[in-house]
Amino acid sequence: MSEQGTFRVKAGLAEMLKGGVIMDVTTAEQALIAERAGACAVMALERVPADIRAAGGVARMADPVKIKEIMAAVTIPVMAKVRIGHFVEAQILEALAVDYIDESEVLTPADDANHIDKWKFTIPFVCGARNLGEALRRIAEGAAMIRTKGEPGTGNVVEAVRHQRLVQQEIRKAVSTPEDELAVYAKELGAPLDLVKAVHDSGKLPVVNFAAGGIATPADAALMMQLGSDGIFVGSGVFKSQDPEATARAVVRATTHYKDAAVLAEVSEHLGEPMRGLEISRLGPDDRMQDRSR
Amino acid sequence: MRVGVLALQGAFREHIATLARLGVESREVRTVKDLEGVEGLILPGGESTTIGMLMDEYGLIEALRQGEMPLFGTCAGMIVLAKDIQGSTQPRLGLMDMAVDRNHYGRQRESFETEIAVTGLPQGVRGVFIRAPVVTRTGRGVEILARHQGEVVLCAEGRCLAAAFHPELTDDTRLHRMFLDRFVEKVPARRR
Repeated sequence: MSEQGTFRVKAGLAEMLKGGVIMDVTTAEQALIAERAGACAVMALERVPADIRAAGGVARMADPVKIKEIMAAVTIPVMAKVRIGHFVEAQILEALAVDYIDESEVLTPADDANHIDKWKFTIPFVCGARNLGEALRRIAEGAAMIRTKGEPGTGNVVEAVRHQRLVQQEIRKAVSTPEDELAVYAKELGAPLDLVKAVHDSGKLPVVNFAAGGIATPADAALMMQLGSDGIFVGSGVFKSQDPEATARAVVRATTHYKDAAVLAEVSEHLGEPMRGLEISRLGPDDRMQDRSR
Repeated sequence: MRVGVLALQGAFREHIATLARLGVESREVRTVKDLEGVEGLILPGGESTTIGMLMDEYGLIEALRQGEMPLFGTCAGMIVLAKDIQGSTQPRLGLMDMAVDRNHYGRQRESFETEIAVTGLPQGVRGVFIRAPVVTRTGRGVEILARHQGEVVLCAEGRCLAAAFHPELTDDTRLHRMFLDRFVEKVPARRR
């Protein structure tokens, strides 16, 4: 019997994206630049996170016309974002047949208590997480891929590093916690016991875990890979840099050869100015996109 | 025996895990130098445009076209092995005389899993098809090993074996075993 939308098929596409770079694009032209640079997927958006930050107001799902234009331009997978909890925006993206849905804190949340019930969809979802408990809560809701939240649109990698390190620390703790103490640890994490048990047994998250939120240079991408990320999302880092094409190519090569410092040195040359970047401590509580959901 | 897994992008870790279950040592291959001492190479699923481009830039296309390295491509790996890729000029090895149609079944929404009967295996395999290609033309030297709804999804030619689906996403090791026995160690058919 042929089955669509099984968890294996959903999580499987994320497995295929591993070791690759997913780039935010706002036009068909940018999508082609990303594809030619070697991106393994693109994220179709109305504005990149840095511009969403600057514009203020309510940020929503992109116009379907824009998403369709980007889907028509490239053969690599196309992802798109919906507001947290906005399951109708997700229904619309499923009707458009995007390849992955990002239920994202970059957009203004539509529900301050609930995330989308992602099991109801054939299309897989990726969600952000700052720690293991948050990652496992999203997986329990049906997410087939996890990424760090970082602090989007800042060009500052410090928050993504914090989130990736914390997830790894908590995984190590889950592994070393004796089985009869796992229930208490699950309660502490606020995560379902069966998923905490799965992490205890396997020593890893049950799905792929990418880095996102503030990655601006090839060195940032390689840093996140060396810290144990499965792949990279670059938001504003490519198209807010002085030379997007060169930056895109360099980030892809740095992600593949992340352990080879000679390659990293070579690809880091002649890129011009990276995106400007923001200091995290200068952000007010309302400017911190990562704290928009738990 | 040591088998390489191309690790430029994609699901290379799952192939390494499958090889480990068979007790076979493996190595991640990113450069031509990594091919030394490797007796066969698996080309994993991933984005074929990305993988082909990076193979070309780091000299792997040229290195693998020469020589006799046995190759097993799954999904994107199958595309990279094909001589003709419909509607694309992307870099490829082109070692198998066949044409492939990328994303043949459509986008991710149409991805699926199903039972596939394979020539030479008494029981079928679970075929996981993710934005999968199919083979639309085969040359005379290509041996067809499995079809799905009439389309070729598993085939072999010379030193190459190619699957449109992902055996590495299941617990089934039989297709990897087939690659090791028939292509890497070249065990005669009657002894298999």
